[in-house]
Amino acid sequence: MSRKVVIWLVWLALCFGLAGMLGYEMFVQEQKPNFVIGDATHGHHQIELSCDTCHTSPFGGEEVIHDACLGCHQEELKSAHDSHPIKKFTDPRNADRLEKINAVSCVTCHGEHKQDRTFAMGVTLPDDFCYECHADIAENRPSHEGMGFETCASAGCHNYHDNRALYEDFLLANSEGDKVKAVAMVLERTGTDALERKEALTINDADAKSASPEHLKEWAASIHADAGVNCTSCHEPQGQPWQDDPGLAACNSCHENEEKGFLLGKHGMKLAEGLGKMSPATGRQIFHDDADLTGLDCSSCHDAHNPAPQIAAVEACTSCHNDIHTQNYATSPHADLWKKEQSGELPEGSGVSCATCHMPREVHKEFGEEVVRVQHNQSMNLRPNEKMIRTVCMSCHSLAFSLDALADPALIESNFNGLPAQHIPSIEMVLKRDAR
Amino acid sequence: MLKKVTLAAAIAATAVAITGCQEEAKTVGIDPSKHTDALFAVMNADRTNYTKLIVGRLGPKGADAVLPVEHWKDVSNGVPLPAQMFRAGYEAVSEVTDDFTYSLQSIWPINSQNAPRTPMEKEGLEYVAKNLGKNFYGTETLGGKDYFTAVYADVASVKACVSCHNGHKDSPKTDFKMGDVMGGVVIRVPLGG
Repeated sequence: MSRKVVIWLVWLALCFGLAGMLGYEMFVQEQKPNFVIGDATHGHHQIELSCDTCHTSPFGGEEVIHDACLGCHQEELKSAHDSHPIKKFTDPRNADRLEKINAVSCVTCHGEHKQDRTFAMGVTLPDDFCYECHADIAENRPSHEGMGFETCASAGCHNYHDNRALYEDFLLANSEGDKVKAVAMVLERTGTDALERKEALTINDADAKSASPEHLKEWAASIHADAGVNCTSCHEPQGQPWQDDPGLAACNSCHENEEKGFLLGKHGMKLAEGLGKMSPATGRQIFHDDADLTGLDCSSCHDAHNPAPQIAAVEACTSCHNDIHTQNYATSPHADLWKKEQSGELPEGSGVSCATCHMPREVHKEFGEEVVRVQHNQSMNLRPNEKMIRTVCMSCHSLAFSLDALADPALIESNFNGLPAQHIPSIEMVLKRDAR
Repeated sequence: MLKKVTLAAAIAATAVAITGCQEEAKTVGIDPSKHTDALFAVMNADRTNYTKLIVGRLGPKGADAVLPVEHWKDVSNGVPLPAQMFRAGYEAVSEVTDDFTYSLQSIWPINSQNAPRTPMEKEGLEYVAKNLGKNFYGTETLGGKDYFTAVYADVASVKACVSCHNGHKDSPKTDFKMGDVMGGVVIRVPLGG
């Protein structure tokens, strides 16, 4: 066999080998790391290996991805009273605007896999994009004369989607108030009360075939025993054989809403897409070197045998997260209140834990009744941070103080140790206009 | 003989084909202005009914059970203002069809986004404001597509509409009277395939 033939054979073998490997990954494997065209944004990096979460069809363009965006984010946009819903732009009278910015598609502004061109909020357009439709804003709002269009959404004044705490009449209605309200309390949870509670159980009622005395003791003192939830309720979910670690299936039969939020949020979205549990090993935040890497599910924060929310509210977070904001929590005024609440010095609801702000208690209407539940999807109020104003900050602070504090990155990093270094003049502008 | 039969068959086939084509060429439809007139009749009736039967009966001047207010989502018993209800109707329609679109506009809008944006909208709104009782019809090209555009006068028929517009800080006109044309309903139907 000549040398030439050998080279050709080797070449063919390599080509077929490579094609086979890539073909297998493309058509058989669920995860496709070799086909990721660039790092995904902070919001999607956890699920970037699950291509078909966003690219739901091989035969489709932007509209396919747009539909996938709405599949996860539609509810959030709805609850945010989206200021720029797609239906606002579908009238042909906006055809000229759509030629400049195709506002009927999410991916026009939020391109993925473009880290070098991705700005705050995952936006991949230049930050003065408001100009395209609002160039004449100073005609109706002389106070805006000379303001740069790159400052619309970066100065604590406006957001593209969520302006619930920023619109003019809301600013006017909440123009007054003390930095800290006289009664500064978070809402009392009612969600668990809505569950069907059975008679409280004692350690003698435990129906586990085998369990350590420590586990039984913990369980007997827990809220689960108090609510009549026995060992097999969780360890033999839906009549299945005993499972030492039953996972989400054990929790969602009673905590369906919490699970839904968890799976949509940053802690659970990876698990929801079948890519395994999220762990600090694959996160982009700053974590402790010795953080638990076993992966997140409900029991990572809530010990099922001792599901005291106090642990989940602070210790569970700080055991993994180690950024400066988290490091500064322990010495913050918020933590001081939390410690006083835990020691009984202050009433329940007056402390501020990590979860108070990042997993807030929200009011939901169910069958005409108001129910207060913990939002387990952090994305609902994380970015832009003005999302927090109504559901979190204003439980204790005035709107003016909240606006100023959230617009001060240094104050946020210090975990609110001090006062805002700048003032957002939105309320004064509204008052001045109203007085005319 | 065979040639004659073939020729006769060919002629017959051609005649059938031509007749068939003529039948296909016949189109059935209605004048676009009648189409938009009918759409406007429904829209106007719905809005009037909402204003008088819901807001009038259950609102501040009636049973006081609901509060029609601009930011109604932020008020526990808030309900949309009639103009917002009209817009909600359009938004719901836009989710099921793009065979027509409609909007409530004005030369004196509270929200500047509801000012005329195309030359035909401006022409139509000015026409219905000056010619009470008449509608405006025309065609325009937007984004490379042709549209039949109709504009219908929006006449002040309820005192609350007049007082709200006259008292609103964003209203560029504050001397509306009952019976005045306050704006217009613009309906568009795409032309062609």
